[in-house]
Amino acid sequence: MNDSTRPASPREPCEFSVNGEPVAIACAAHVTLLEALREELGLTGTKHGCELGECGACTVLLDGASVLSCLVLAQTCAGRQVETVEGLADGPGLHPLQAAFADLGGSQCGYCTPGMLMSAKQLLAAEPAPDRARIREAIGGNLCRCTGYQQIVDAIAHAAAVMRGEPA
Amino acid sequence: MMRLPDFELRRPRTLAEAATILAGEGPAARPLAGGTDLLPNMKRRQQTPRVLVALGEIPGLRTFTNGAALAIGAGTTLAALAADTRMAQYGALAQAAARVASPQLRNQATLGGNLCLDTRCSYYDQSEPWRRAIGCCLKKDGDTCWVATASRRCVAVSSSDCAPALVALGARVRLVSREGTREVALEDFYRDDGMDHLVKRPDEILSAVDVPDAQGWRSTYWKLRRRGAIDFPVLGVAAAVKRDTAGTIEAARVALGAAGSRPFLVPQASEALIGRTLDDATIAATARRVAARAKPVDNTDFETRWRKDVATQLVSYALRELRGEDLGAIRRRF
Repeated sequence: MNDSTRPASPREPCEFSVNGEPVAIACAAHVTLLEALREELGLTGTKHGCELGECGACTVLLDGASVLSCLVLAQTCAGRQVETVEGLADGPGLHPLQAAFADLGGSQCGYCTPGMLMSAKQLLAAEPAPDRARIREAIGGNLCRCTGYQQIVDAIAHAAAVMRGEPA
Repeated sequence: MMRLPDFELRRPRTLAEAATILAGEGPAARPLAGGTDLLPNMKRRQQTPRVLVALGEIPGLRTFTNGAALAIGAGTTLAALAADTRMAQYGALAQAAARVASPQLRNQATLGGNLCLDTRCSYYDQSEPWRRAIGCCLKKDGDTCWVATASRRCVAVSSSDCAPALVALGARVRLVSREGTREVALEDFYRDDGMDHLVKRPDEILSAVDVPDAQGWRSTYWKLRRRGAIDFPVLGVAAAVKRDTAGTIEAARVALGAAGSRPFLVPQASEALIGRTLDDATIAATARRVAARAKPVDNTDFETRWRKDVATQLVSYALRELRGEDLGAIRRRF
């Protein structure tokens, strides 16, 4: 695709927070949050899938709400809080959602996993004890072509129990 | 990778500032709200505005007031709308908002954006190489409508869920430009033209939606789509009725979405309902009359004939729900 018919928009400085750390980048207007995370900041945990808002692979949290980073302009994130899959683990310790996905087969090829984890994180932040129907609804915007979803729902339900302090 | 074309991004802090930018830049500038419709379309080069005017930092666009009527800022996200307790009286809108796309998209997408959604078509919502391979189409860069090759009019389909719901609820929209504010009844906001489907001028911003008091009304929205998430509607049925204590219908409004290039009211439905009760015979007669107005064309998911047949069912479900039947089990299949 050749966009050379127009002069390039200038790279503007843009500061926001990623996983609690302040970051400063300079990017053109057309750069998406997904591109900024992967290409400017080297955070390749967030995946690019369809790039059109239909698959959920690029899901991140923006000010606590799950959004598709392929459809957010990086410059509109100035001053805001971004959370990505890289921010889930606490050092070497996996987040309960990550541990449950690993233990229960919630991840196979793994491409949808970062997006699934971020959708699940938003769900459990708002609803610590969702039933399976609510879990399915909450991951309705995340496509998985491997698992058939059952193990993902199992993993989120299990992680929710762990996070509530219930015996596993 | 499918990257956005380049553009200039403006980030006004007030509505007046945004209106001034749009007035100065002309039709090459577009307002940007949630971006969930415009940005994919730009990635596919269906639209290539030179300037985007981001509305997300204008605080007034998110106000939500509930006096005698409901005034909803156009920048209210669909997620916020679906979760708001004040929406209980406006069932059709709450259900429509909750059924748009997916949780992530509802967190980003706004009510104003959903009302201004570009029309859709299986020959238009494709990548640029795909469209070029068939010589493009009437709506963008071509001169043939591949859905109806004899048609001189673009038949791309209105795919908003909130629009038919708000048409049934009798909503009006406020359009702000540098010249001032005008109000338009939502049913008059749309044209039956897939290429030029909004009466909104390029220099106008849809700032708010006013919904009249729904005291005494019940309303609902039913959406047909292949999957229970993500998909645009293939048919949307919004119905609102006001009944007296004996159950006789005093007023009724039924609107269809995704059944043409604009959402539209079906006056025959009101005629079939007013003065009657929601008994089986009335529901069946109304459903037939509404379905007769649905004229789907072959430009979206599902077989055209089936989409027309199923319209009768969807209207019946909506009216049965309004008379108090629990259709939860059927709803879960949609």
